Amino acid sequence: MTLIEKYPQEVKQILARYPQDQKRSAVMPLLYLAQRENGFVHRRDMKDIGAMLDITETDVASLVGFYSLYHDEPAGRLRIQVCTDLSCALRGADDFLAALCESLGVEPGGTTPDGLVTVEPVMCLAACDKAPLFQVQTGAGLEYHERMTIEKTLEWIESRKEAAS
Amino acid sequence: MTHILLRHRDIPDLDKLAVYEKQGGFKALKKVVTGMRPEAVTQLVMDSGLRGRGGAGFPTGRKWMFVDKNNWPHYVVVNADESEPGTFKDREILESNPLQFLEGVAIAAFAVEAHTAYIYLRGEFWPIAAELDKRIAAMEKAGYLGKRVFGTDYTLKVHTHLGAGAYICGEETALLESLEGKRGQPRIRPPFPPVSGLYGKPTVVNNVETLTNLPPIINNGADWYKSLGTADTVGVKIFCLSGRVRKPGNYELPFGITFRELIYEHGGGIIDGVPIKAIMAAGASSALILADDQTLDTPLDYGSVHRLGAELGSASVIVLDETVRLDWLIDKTMTFFKHESCGKCTPCRDGSFWMKHLTERIRDGNGSAEDVKLLDSVARQMQGKCLCALGEFSTQAVVSSIEKFPGDFGIKRKVSAS
Repeated sequence: MTLIEKYPQEVKQILARYPQDQKRSAVMPLLYLAQRENGFVHRRDMKDIGAMLDITETDVASLVGFYSLYHDEPAGRLRIQVCTDLSCALRGADDFLAALCESLGVEPGGTTPDGLVTVEPVMCLAACDKAPLFQVQTGAGLEYHERMTIEKTLEWIESRKEAAS
Repeated sequence: MTHILLRHRDIPDLDKLAVYEKQGGFKALKKVVTGMRPEAVTQLVMDSGLRGRGGAGFPTGRKWMFVDKNNWPHYVVVNADESEPGTFKDREILESNPLQFLEGVAIAAFAVEAHTAYIYLRGEFWPIAAELDKRIAAMEKAGYLGKRVFGTDYTLKVHTHLGAGAYICGEETALLESLEGKRGQPRIRPPFPPVSGLYGKPTVVNNVETLTNLPPIINNGADWYKSLGTADTVGVKIFCLSGRVRKPGNYELPFGITFRELIYEHGGGIIDGVPIKAIMAAGASSALILADDQTLDTPLDYGSVHRLGAELGSASVIVLDETVRLDWLIDKTMTFFKHESCGKCTPCRDGSFWMKHLTERIRDGNGSAEDVKLLDSVARQMQGKCLCALGEFSTQAVVSSIEKFPGDFGIKRKVSAS
């Protein structure tokens, strides 16, 4: 199923935001749409987007590679991204990441065996006064969890596990 | 004090249309659209002395004056890509005082005769963009945006556009490339965006905080705004205070307050009362400033911070105390800059790679004095040779740390012969 078959309304709305002769501008919102269901962009969607916008599949793939919020392979359903940049690190973010990874039994960048959680460090999230914090990228969007502790984080993961089962 | 930009801290529910209207919202936009010529709006903003709040501090009115009137259509693009480590002010505006911001967008668009504005937000601001979309729709319904703004012939469509995790897109020409659906890599300038920007058309790129200043400036006049701040830098600024302070956060204050007032009065001083060591005034891109008494008593405006050998930039003040090792710190900043280098120009792409290589070795205690010298030399070779400012930024903390805090790198401070 192509993107336009799957999300006809949204594709139309996205394309309407840009001048008709500049539809390439729609590539980023379309990539988010392609990523919604499975958390990563499938090769056939890149091809599909390219055809829709009159650019090559390689052009589309180069964007997936360039921007860090696009993924071309599957990860845990909850992608926990802990900010370990300077301001957060000055308030204990590195220790938080290490402790979280240890609690979950994964290396940074790794996924739990049940496929639920991936934990990875990320660059500044523009919430430097609320460290430690992480964002969670899900297919449906993105949420921030601020001023976190390991206990609060594990509780939250549990609640998501229950919601999913 | 009452806030001018962070007004939501004084007025609850200011993000609701009815509350914002009741608090004088859209009065400035109405005045502009129904009673002023675009050139008069530009002149007023010029006279107010407002300078861009994204970091470069370019006079806003002058930027608007550069818009080419022989090439149409014109665009306004909002830089809401806030990504500098230590910067988190635009996020608060967008989350809590979004209508004042949107009113500012509309005023800017009217002034440069644009009928389309794009708000480019960093991808991580996904929930903020979703809220903005709702507010834009509500404003259209109320006649503040869309067709026939305030019943006039003026039409303005505002769209949000999400980035996807790339610091470089905060650089305005990289942002425009990204908005055009390409990899976010800076363009060679000139031409600058007011001459050739989005789709090759005249484009004004303004920061969120800059635009949020516009409604109060229109309402209260240029002289009122000039009465705030210092002679060097007029107006108010949201200072993002982070690092080793007790009360990190956003503080809206007039330019000219001192580092001491910001850090000790507003920020509550250093965690555990540890002595302060250094300050980065413009986020991870800053040169380090030795935090002695002279520094602490320096007023925060562009000129005064420049005279300390640093820049105020977007006023993202990161405080470092005696517990912070600078070999660790520059490895942190280099991790960031290496990851975020867009790869277009060789000095930045290769330079950041080698600098990170060296900072890691030095941080882990495996570096020699030669490594420190080499690191300093790589950084200095990059300076002045990168395609955009971000390559330059990556060298600032490295060079200044080695120069001002040689003890953190196992080098004895040179004693001048006397």
